[in-house]
Amino acid sequence: MQLAMSNPPPGPIVLWLSSRYENLELAQAVLDHVCKVRGVGTDAEHWMGVALREALANAIKHGNRQDPAKRVYLSLGGAANVIEIVVGDEGEGFEVAAIADPLAPENQMKTSGRGIFYMKTFMDEVTFSRGENGGTILSMKKKLDSDEKKGVHTP
Amino acid sequence: MKTSVTARDAGDIKIIELHGKITIGAGDLQMREAIHSAISGGAMKILVDMKDVTTIDSSGVGELVGCYTTATHKGAKLKLQNLPPKISDVLTVTQLITVFDVFANEKDALASFG
Repeated sequence: MQLAMSNPPPGPIVLWLSSRYENLELAQAVLDHVCKVRGVGTDAEHWMGVALREALANAIKHGNRQDPAKRVYLSLGGAANVIEIVVGDEGEGFEVAAIADPLAPENQMKTSGRGIFYMKTFMDEVTFSRGENGGTILSMKKKLDSDEKKGVHTP
Repeated sequence: MKTSVTARDAGDIKIIELHGKITIGAGDLQMREAIHSAISGGAMKILVDMKDVTTIDSSGVGELVGCYTTATHKGAKLKLQNLPPKISDVLTVTQLITVFDVFANEKDALASFG
């Protein structure tokens, strides 16, 4: 609480990105800035970065089918002790329940299908919903406990 | 650190050194091209050095799995060395760390090929 009071949340930062993988670097830089301002430890920052990149890659690849005319919404914010990342796409949506378990033996050697698993592993809360105009809205939250602010968090 | 992939030889072992991010649209494809080039060039012993990898995502992991499968089907061996803790974590949570032969240093890795 003390750290949160000295580093108040600056309010969400919102970006609209074209569906290009190059924009992952821009999003990562913004997350790094938010983490620095909020006093987030380097380990927690790293794992949030991995989750952010997975979310954006999914939105670009599977949501918007790499159509650069379609945009990806990104919001970085959250309350005092939480970082919340929201990613939206303009795609057709998908059924989360249809995603195969990457830990199942039959899926272990597949070359894809681990992105959502990594997001769920590295973040504390991951939810999917449909956008008002279609597409998928992904919300991820990371709680910032004292250990994470010190940078000692591991998966 | 800028993403790049370099290769060197240690006897009949091809060592592929990865640097920077092995992520979608960037290092993942460079890594695949380098390993496939080694395999198509006849390398039967491939050692992937991950000492300088800063980040790997699901696409990079997927490419690594694909390269391992390709190498195995060709009768080649693909092993990993010098995994930074965070890269090891990414492979551990998906239980892939048990699939690959992983070595902490190059001496042990080279010796393992026999």
